[in-house]
Amino acid sequence: MIEIRNLTKRYGALTAVNDISFTVSPGEVLGFLGPNGAGKSTTMKMITGFLAPTSGSISVCGHDVEADPLAAKACMGYLPEGAPSYGEMTVRGFLEFIADIRLLSGDRRRSRLDDVIARLQLDSVLEQMIETLSKGFKRRVGLAQALLHDPQVLILDEPTDGLDPNQKHQVRTLINDMAKDKIIVISTHILEEVDAVCNRAIIIAGGKLLADATPKELAARAPSGRLDDVFRQITTGQKNAA
Amino acid sequence: MDNIKGIFRREFNSYFATPLALVFIVFFLMLAAGFAFQFGRFYERGQADLAPFFWFHPWLYLFLIPAISMRLWAEERKSGSIELLMTLPITTWQAVLGKFLAAWAVAGVALALTFPMWITVNYLGDPDNGAILAGYIGSWLMAGGFLAIGSCLSSATRNQVIAFIFTVVICFAFMFSGYAFVLDMVSGWAPQAFVDALASLSFYTHFQAISKGVIDLRDLLYFGTVIGVWLAANTIVLDMKKAD
Repeated sequence: MIEIRNLTKRYGALTAVNDISFTVSPGEVLGFLGPNGAGKSTTMKMITGFLAPTSGSISVCGHDVEADPLAAKACMGYLPEGAPSYGEMTVRGFLEFIADIRLLSGDRRRSRLDDVIARLQLDSVLEQMIETLSKGFKRRVGLAQALLHDPQVLILDEPTDGLDPNQKHQVRTLINDMAKDKIIVISTHILEEVDAVCNRAIIIAGGKLLADATPKELAARAPSGRLDDVFRQITTGQKNAA
Repeated sequence: MDNIKGIFRREFNSYFATPLALVFIVFFLMLAAGFAFQFGRFYERGQADLAPFFWFHPWLYLFLIPAISMRLWAEERKSGSIELLMTLPITTWQAVLGKFLAAWAVAGVALALTFPMWITVNYLGDPDNGAILAGYIGSWLMAGGFLAIGSCLSSATRNQVIAFIFTVVICFAFMFSGYAFVLDMVSGWAPQAFVDALASLSFYTHFQAISKGVIDLRDLLYFGTVIGVWLAANTIVLDMKKAD
């Protein structure tokens, strides 16, 4: 369960996230939509405890992110935007490091490592340095890192950015496979992705929450029945109003 | 504890995954030995001790330590991996400590690899090995002080060159406040208490005291405090500005 109440983040005069509230329950795959600069990444950084909110509260798996950050972080897996990692490490070394920090040991450690390596098809690059990998592989290493401890909550910031169509399809299948009992939040500006994997979509622009519905319901709001028309209508309408 | 170990191991290995540790160690060994023989008149003084070897350590550290500390946090900021690190279930303090200890261990390896100097003096004469051990401990503690300063300043920027320069400048101040010519300059106009305070703040004063062979609790406390304070500042800087 993720509960977000009146979340606000200000940078000086700029309000990046403006009084957002929503909750996400297990089994939901939430698509976080919005134009660039809408506040998607900022919201995710606050959920994962990287940035402190200016006001409002976030609780993940019953742990307040500000009061008990370690417990909240332990139940989350996070793929930051751009999938940063340590370029001078090998893929294996990097995953072993994450396993160390996540305190995985013994059989469970081995089975989790084997699982993510198989799921993201990293066998062929295990001994390669991460900085020598293609963008698609780097993204998959980032996803492997997020999945390693089999977290209850997954926060994925643009998980398919930079992947080719086949890889995109793989990642979407992966997300669908895990969706049943987990909470997954995905930010994206690719609308077909929302159709493919999400059962709920939130649209934010200018830091404000503008829509919260299933992708079907959203699409039905446009005469054409297409999600991108609704997206344009909602996000540009907001700009004109402001 | 396991968290700190994980951070330490990653950081330590990454020094050796790139040429950085190797370059640091090779230069440290070459310069440390070169200075001791060339300027310290290691042979000519006819004394079996390592004093001329330790004399130059503050100078070597002044430029070599910032080179290994500058990447500690600036690189994490630049590559964005700080976001990964800080969203793992570890405290900022654990990350700071693990990284610092890794850099300090690299300095320790470099220092330990100067053992041929120690063998040489033992071969040539009958040195006071207790004093030599004290010299090594003092030198390593001083390296820790430099590293703590460097780690803190590295966390304030994403630019490694800026981190390097600031670290050199601050370390320079921390070192030279103990040298006689600085103290002489100050003692012309300042009260003696101020001069003493200035001298007691200096790495050099405490390093000198230890490397004479007397490990005084106050000197250990001094280095412990310097390292603790700068690492605490490091943690505060990170907590205040993680993102930019």
